[in-house]
Amino acid sequence: MTAAARAPRPAIAVVTFPGSNDDRDAVHAFDLLGADARLVWHAEEELPQVDAVVLPGGFSYGDYLRCGAIARFAPVMRAVASFAADGGPVLGICNGFQVLCEAGLLPGALRPNASLSFVCRDVPLRVENASTPFTSRCEPGQRLVIPVKHGEGCWTYPEEDLPTLEAAGQIVLRYDEGANPNGSLANVAAVAGPEGNVMGLMPHPEHAVDPLLGSTDGCLILGSLVDAARARMAVAA
Amino acid sequence: MKATVSVRPKPGILDPQGEAVRGSLQHLGFDVTETRVGRLVELELAATDAEAARQEVERMCEQLLANPLIETFEIEIVP
Repeated sequence: MTAAARAPRPAIAVVTFPGSNDDRDAVHAFDLLGADARLVWHAEEELPQVDAVVLPGGFSYGDYLRCGAIARFAPVMRAVASFAADGGPVLGICNGFQVLCEAGLLPGALRPNASLSFVCRDVPLRVENASTPFTSRCEPGQRLVIPVKHGEGCWTYPEEDLPTLEAAGQIVLRYDEGANPNGSLANVAAVAGPEGNVMGLMPHPEHAVDPLLGSTDGCLILGSLVDAARARMAVAA
Repeated sequence: MKATVSVRPKPGILDPQGEAVRGSLQHLGFDVTETRVGRLVELELAATDAEAARQEVERMCEQLLANPLIETFEIEIVP
């Protein structure tokens, strides 16, 4: 039995909105990484006892109005905001990133890709901040390859305020120069909230956890979150 | 009472949809130098007072219909 298999399994909530479609992939990835992920329906007012929360990818509410604009009012989002305010780690992937921005838990907004095309491909990334609950298994500057698949991933933010986010370490991942799939400001691929315990990213780490699919770099992101969840579980115990 | 809300991408915000539409218009032979594509929301309101209705629609815009970081909105009340 490996050390990882013996380590206590933290509980992670994966929220299912109407239109989420990567929720089960996320559960599968966490299962591989030694966590007990459970699906939580968006209409729940409370979260179960968990050590981390993930908002998965998909097309919640058909992306009506703006991506994530309707989902942010789902009953469960109030509980997610309280969990985040209490310091709990919250990760938004793709549509989850859009929901967190619309909810005001993350800075910025996501606009249609500059190319206007849906992009679906592996993208090279650079770790800008390796001391977050989502990148602790990475080295600073480390190169990762993780797939994206989105039509509205162009992260937008007032350019004059970007240095403040950079100085605070809130820009966590960037696309490699020349490999930006959506035209996001300053090649930003992942951004964290001011307290560092909430992060959103457009790439899909849950689709990069098996060598069969070309990359296992997603394990570094999701594995970091499992570590953070385990640490939170130990404090609560 | 009816209200119409026009939501537009903020000036300076990249509008790829508008860019694509402009390209197509040029392709058709129209001489267009810029195109911006926004969204129109039509509302049927219970309110009977125009000022109260405007204030209510403003709150709707701030909370849901527009994202102030990337969009502007304009309200027209039709008594």
